[in-house]
Amino acid sequence: MISKDVVEKVAKLSRLHLEEEEIAQYADQLNQILDTMAGLQQIDTDGVAPLAHVLPIENVFREDEVGECFTQETVLANAPEQSNGMFQVPKIV
Amino acid sequence: MKYETVIGLEVHVELATESKIFCSCSAHSFGADPNSHVCPACCGMPGMLPVVNRRVVDFGMKAGMMLNCDINRVTTFDKKSYYYPDLPGAYQTTQWFAPVAVNGRVDIETSAGKKSVRIKQIHMEEDAGKLVHDISEGTTHVDFNRTSVPLIEIVSQPDLSSAEEVEAYLVRLRTLLRYAKVAECEMAHGTMRCDVNLSVRPEGSDVLGVRTEMKNMNSIEAIKRAIEYETARHINAIENGTEVLVQETRRWDDAKGKSYAMRSKETAGDYRYFPDPNVMPVVIDDVWYETIKNSVPEFPEVKREKYIALGLTEYDAERISESIMLCECFEEASEACGNPKEVVNWITSDVMRILNAKQMTYEMLNLDNKAFGKLISLTLDGKISRANSKKILSAMFDDRAIEPEAYAEANNMLIGEQNDDLILGIVKKVVESDPKSVNDFKNGKEKALMALFGKCMKELKGNCDPQQLKVILLECING
Repeated sequence: MISKDVVEKVAKLSRLHLEEEEIAQYADQLNQILDTMAGLQQIDTDGVAPLAHVLPIENVFREDEVGECFTQETVLANAPEQSNGMFQVPKIV
Repeated sequence: MKYETVIGLEVHVELATESKIFCSCSAHSFGADPNSHVCPACCGMPGMLPVVNRRVVDFGMKAGMMLNCDINRVTTFDKKSYYYPDLPGAYQTTQWFAPVAVNGRVDIETSAGKKSVRIKQIHMEEDAGKLVHDISEGTTHVDFNRTSVPLIEIVSQPDLSSAEEVEAYLVRLRTLLRYAKVAECEMAHGTMRCDVNLSVRPEGSDVLGVRTEMKNMNSIEAIKRAIEYETARHINAIENGTEVLVQETRRWDDAKGKSYAMRSKETAGDYRYFPDPNVMPVVIDDVWYETIKNSVPEFPEVKREKYIALGLTEYDAERISESIMLCECFEEASEACGNPKEVVNWITSDVMRILNAKQMTYEMLNLDNKAFGKLISLTLDGKISRANSKKILSAMFDDRAIEPEAYAEANNMLIGEQNDDLILGIVKKVVESDPKSVNDFKNGKEKALMALFGKCMKELKGNCDPQQLKVILLECING
């Protein structure tokens, strides 16, 4: 059961600001999702290894070689604020 | 009451690869412009596709083997969610469910005796970006050059109980990882970083006290100071009730010699670890496993014993086995010249002197070791003077391509039969120019011969077998 407290905690961990009515709305929606998932819980998965990937693909590698990067200008192109060649954000300490 | 300190360490080590862990941006951005080693993958662009750098897995496995770990033959990457500006995707790709190496052991020795420190696990992960605070007031600036630089995190069990043991453990880790050539491990460069988990309990108790985690220590000395401070703070809180200990992360301020509480820490559950659907599982087959296993070097103790058996003193064997670069230099040069004792003398005198003069560490030694052995042979055979061999060695430090015999010949430093006439000519000139010393010698003053000898050697710029010169000089004087 997803309570109001759980929604608030998840929102905090995700750095999201939610209004009171949104919290209630999300709690309701998240509970519906959990109810749906509860059906899957009925399936016996004893002895079945958790599945990380649906495709049977493994060992996808690149060799340790240096390639092209973006230019600093491109990296920063979408930054809401930038200076000194860096992303600028509100002070976080 | 007597107390004991219980310490576990989380050590982050930057792996010495060329490129990042999931993309081909250079992993070396020292001195580079900010955000100049960044691509869509390492700055968290939507839709980016990380691809694992194979060498990171090689190095992760090798590090695990150095630390006596079991290697997980199926090892996977997971997302660790947390929001912080140094993490562009709002998650770190790391290993949680199946780290590359588990259940290891590092043996240390201190004044308290020998001890095995258990290693819980080693996992491979990406580094975060760099934050610069207060370039202008109230701002933080973010440079993503360091994001996705490959790291391993080595997690120990809480088996350490003093600053001295922590130092021994860190030095041992550094030595072993440098032996394996997987990492630089230089705390001053940030390529080795250490978080200290510490608690205090009455001696003999089997209940753990309140644990605090300390960050931000950038030297072993700082770590030792932080442990001593934190231990005293805990004991003071327990005995005198000066404060209530809480589980928290603290930042060490080395200049002030104090630790400070940081933001309250999220717990493991809050990180919402889950398998990264973009990074495919790594399956290590027998061929791959054996290839890495075969590349694991002998341990320092094994080398030391071997060197002692070769006739080195315990002191010299200990010094050489301290660094894999010195070991290789010693072993390869000894093979080339067949005289280990002579090689060790050259290493502990000339090589170390030049390294010191150039402000280089042992790990930066980049000699052609076989050529170095050849140089020693040429000198022992009297083909190059000892003085000139030092000059040649110095030149070999700057240019690995130098072949000592060819270099000596090109620079007129080679002592050979063809020089007999040259030597005789110079000796005659010196003898004629200094009849007084010749007479003094004939009248029994041995020192006068040394003066003449010295003058000849100076004219010859040292390129002469001293025995050969002495013979020619005496013949010339005695006519």
